[in-house]
Amino acid sequence: MIDQDNPLKDALRDPGAVVAGWLDELGVADPAQRRALQTEAGELVRSLAEGLDRGGDASRLAGPAWDGLRETLESLSRSRAAKGETAGDTSQFVLALKRPLFDALQRSRGDHPERLMAGIWAASQLVDRLAQHTATTFQKSREDIIRRQQDDLLELSTPVVKLWEGVLAVPMIGVLDSNRTQIVMETLLQSIVDSGSGLAIIDITGVPTVDTLVAQHLLKTVTAIRLMGADCIISGIRPQIAQTIVHLGIDLQGITTKATLADALSVALQKTGWRISREK
Amino acid sequence: MAAETAGVLPLGSEQDIVASRQHVRTLCQALKFSLVDQTKMVTATSELSRNTLIHGHGGRMHWSLGEHNGRRGLELVFEDEGPGIADLKLALSDGWTSGSGMGLGLPGSKRLVNEFDIQSVPGRGTRVRIVKWK
Amino acid sequence: MDRIPILRMGETLLVTIQVDMQDQTALALQDDLAEKIAKTGASGVMIDISALEIVDSFVGRMLSSISGIAGILSATTVVVGMQPAVAITLVELGLSLEGVKTALDVERGMAMLAAVRAEHRHGG
Repeated sequence: MIDQDNPLKDALRDPGAVVAGWLDELGVADPAQRRALQTEAGELVRSLAEGLDRGGDASRLAGPAWDGLRETLESLSRSRAAKGETAGDTSQFVLALKRPLFDALQRSRGDHPERLMAGIWAASQLVDRLAQHTATTFQKSREDIIRRQQDDLLELSTPVVKLWEGVLAVPMIGVLDSNRTQIVMETLLQSIVDSGSGLAIIDITGVPTVDTLVAQHLLKTVTAIRLMGADCIISGIRPQIAQTIVHLGIDLQGITTKATLADALSVALQKTGWRISREK
Repeated sequence: MAAETAGVLPLGSEQDIVASRQHVRTLCQALKFSLVDQTKMVTATSELSRNTLIHGHGGRMHWSLGEHNGRRGLELVFEDEGPGIADLKLALSDGWTSGSGMGLGLPGSKRLVNEFDIQSVPGRGTRVRIVKWK
Repeated sequence: MDRIPILRMGETLLVTIQVDMQDQTALALQDDLAEKIAKTGASGVMIDISALEIVDSFVGRMLSSISGIAGILSATTVVVGMQPAVAITLVELGLSLEGVKTALDVERGMAMLAAVRAEHRHGG
């Protein structure tokens, strides 16, 4: 029985054949690889058929009817992104679905060239859309993975230095966004607990600009340090930054600030009860 | 044994607030949230559960595990059929440095999660939805 | 309902919070401490929260209240052992615990209380 109105349902009457044809088109010889791809292909064809049954409009991949298909595509994309495959390979996988769909249509509509053309056009458009959706998700997955890797790197590379007994220092370098501040804050606070240090020096020499947002991030860090019962000094305040702070009306809430790390260390030693003397 | 991915907990007593905290803690651990993210989510749960009990006169917490664009997340919905919040805008306004934790603590809770939305109709009830992504 | 035990060490009362408290447990602690400070004339209160993984606005307010009440009864309160994740969350919540003294650990907390006592003794 030919579904005159829906060429795609027509093409998917025999899902097993579509999957087999798909795998052939991909030219995968290795049986283990073939098995793995068979699972992925099978799921996709299933979701496609379900979406069509639910009345999904093949001209757009939006709407609740296509929820299952979108999820299948996204999960396919994510797993390939995680495996380090390229976007090209992933698209190629999806695009290979055209051949078996065309073949199925050929078998059922071969005698009616106009309907065959319409069917091939619809199938081609749909598969293009699937490939596009996969590519978009792939891109997003790769970006997420990279961002997470950067965060891990940031955590590992946040240098908290023990300057003296009970005095820690952390140089903040680069633009202070909320993500970076969060990571530095967590690392610094944990170091304070682990080392039992009562004083932390945050050096902002390497921070290019201090605006209201950056000041907010710094203040959050200082507040957290004080909440835990430790104290804090901010060093590396260049004259221009001091001006900006006053201009913006930022309230430093009584935090001790120093122009250089050396000055900050001097204050820190005083506060922690150390006296340094030099022998002539 | 199939793992549950959604459920409901009652919020009718103080013990229920504790139970909701502990359950959310378990869910966050299962999702392998970082310690800080766990702490934030459980604290938000505590605030919103208490609101539901005290201001909403009792209600429930729906929880569900989900996934979006490759990230796993936890969604919580706190609902009650209580008196509702008359001035939502006021209840949601707060600078980050202020706030003594009085009242509903909504702006604070909002800062602890990734997604936050609230609907409230005076005389009908309140519904707060929060999501935290890994 | 479990009541949190209050230990006495000289002029200092020690409280260690180790359980996920119900709201009423926190309120009971507040009452018990006020009573015990008045009864013993303690000059210091140390609250060890190193085992507390969650400090929400209710517990935060409790700590502020205890600090205030103790102050009126001429005792100094110090909260020790706050976990980093808790500190970060409190800041995000917007709770600064104004008026509550904190210290990294019990040792430093005791040193702080001793310093305050010494100050008071010398007419500080």
